[in-house]
Amino acid sequence: MPQLHFNGTAIELPPGQSVLDGLLEHGHAIANSCRAGACQACLMQATEGDLPPQAQIGLKPTQASQGYFLACQCRPEKPLSVRLPDMAEHRHAAVVTELQPLSEQVMAVSVRPEGDYPYRPGQYTTLWRDDGLGRSYSLASVPGVDAELRFHVRRVPNGRFSGWVFDQLRPGQRIDLQCATGDCVYLPEYGDDDLLLVGTATGLAPLYGILREALRQGHRGAIHLLHGAYDPQGLYLRDELGDLADRHPHIHYHAAVLEAGDSDVTVAQVDGLALEQLSGLNNPVAYLCGAPDFVQGLRKRLFLAGMAMNRIHADAFLPAAANTASTS
Amino acid sequence: MTSLYERIGGAQAVDLAVENFYRKVLTDDRISHFFDGVDMDAQIAKQKGFLTMVFGGPHSYTGQNMRDGHKHLVARGLNDSHVDAVIELLGQTLAELGVADSDIAEIAAIANSVRDDVLDR
Ligand SMILES: Cc1cc2nc3c(=O)[nH]c(=O)nc-3n(C[C@H](O)[C@H](O)[C@H](O)COP(=O)(O)OP(=O)(O)OC[C@H]3O[C@@H](n4cnc5c(N)ncnc54)[C@H](O)[C@@H]3O)c2cc1C
Ligand code: HEM
Ligand code: FES
Repeated sequence: MPQLHFNGTAIELPPGQSVLDGLLEHGHAIANSCRAGACQACLMQATEGDLPPQAQIGLKPTQASQGYFLACQCRPEKPLSVRLPDMAEHRHAAVVTELQPLSEQVMAVSVRPEGDYPYRPGQYTTLWRDDGLGRSYSLASVPGVDAELRFHVRRVPNGRFSGWVFDQLRPGQRIDLQCATGDCVYLPEYGDDDLLLVGTATGLAPLYGILREALRQGHRGAIHLLHGAYDPQGLYLRDELGDLADRHPHIHYHAAVLEAGDSDVTVAQVDGLALEQLSGLNNPVAYLCGAPDFVQGLRKRLFLAGMAMNRIHADAFLPAAANTASTS
Repeated sequence: MTSLYERIGGAQAVDLAVENFYRKVLTDDRISHFFDGVDMDAQIAKQKGFLTMVFGGPHSYTGQNMRDGHKHLVARGLNDSHVDAVIELLGQTLAELGVADSDIAEIAAIANSVRDDVLDR
């Protein structure tokens, strides 16, 4: 069994067990959230030994070269010495400036980071409550256009973080941010290509950022935005998006729900609509964000329909692992 | 003399072939059920391993690895007909990329050479 050295103690790690699970089992409080390599909450640093490449996927080259890794994705085969990184280097202090309901279920949270906070529209970050509970949220804002960072938080029934955002968070409160990450971003080389933006619920957040970034960069191809929700209450920003589509002939906005009630919203699955659109698109690039089953399913179907994997950008909004304790 | 791997384009050829090959595998009713895993990125990485090996490129797989790596599939009924199907789809993929027939035959022979390991015989 590979030995794991941490804080002056050595732990025998059974083969296949992650560094995160090993440390948690031995009673060490290590921050974590998704346990799937997405949120980067479990960032640690290796001081000795070889890291499996899997443990550094998604990190910046500068971080990787300094031995940073994701503890939940690190299953070492050889002895490894690790430590908790100096969080001050990886977290940014920020202040909540505004909370604006976008619908009954969705709150826009505006945040002003202290100092520089580099990010690209469509990326995501982990927000940290001061007791150490962290959750990932996508950036709906555009640097240079929006003065502040903006997130769309959906109220999840019994959700610890989202419930706190709705019920307790107030402007003026402090919050910590991880570095922004993720590759759901617009690339200048897509200028003439057709964009297919498909999201469910707050999957609209990153798409809203990407859409406006594409406009800011003078995107010339068509932009199809497909937003799906369970019922009309799950849709939001409909007027803004309708206006954008009216002002820009190359933007097409479609909203669809599964249960329309007495509204006139289209009843359809957005993944089905996306596949229908695909055949009419010129050099399509797809962005898929929201519910994990939807994202992974549509990603596979777009791939099977002939799209190259590197032209399908996808963010599955994975729920946090069930027993993430607050640690601080 | 250049090796088979260099001749057909090395790692670049693997990158070109991998998605087309994986797409064929996922849509072929004879074998798609062996590749149902949701994690497409991990699956594609493994297909790269497969292609690098059968293209005669650098790899560290041993017969024992191949045995261990496919045992769970043999338990689910993996047999000669499935190996034939994989080799057929591989040939189609390569032909579409313009690889010469003689090179395709050489690649098929490499795949065939580990048939007994893959089928755990
Ligand atoms: C890369 C990434 C980006 C994300 N971006 C956003 C974003 O922009 N906006 C946003 O609102 N969320 C986003 N999420 C989801 C977010 O991180 C949280 O998972 C979500 O807000 C729920 O956290 P919570 O603490 O409120 O609920 P928890 O206390 O973690 O969960 C409460 C209960 O609800 C269940 N649950 C969790 N999520 C869901 C769900 N989606 N649907 C139904 N049940 C659920 C849990 O299993 C649990 O039983 C993103 C996630 C990832 C990984
Ligand atoms: C023809 C000879 C074959 C060779 C040389 C071969 C080779 C390989 C290699 C190198 C890997 C990657 C292992 C890794 O990196 O972990 C792999 C994985 C795999 N192979 Fe094969 N393979 C062959 C036949 C087949 C056949 C016939 C099937 C099923 C129809 C199959 C199904 C798989 C699957 C599903 C995996 C992934 C296993 C996992 O998820 O753990 N292979 N193979
Ligand atoms: S990346 Fe490890 S817990 Fe999220």
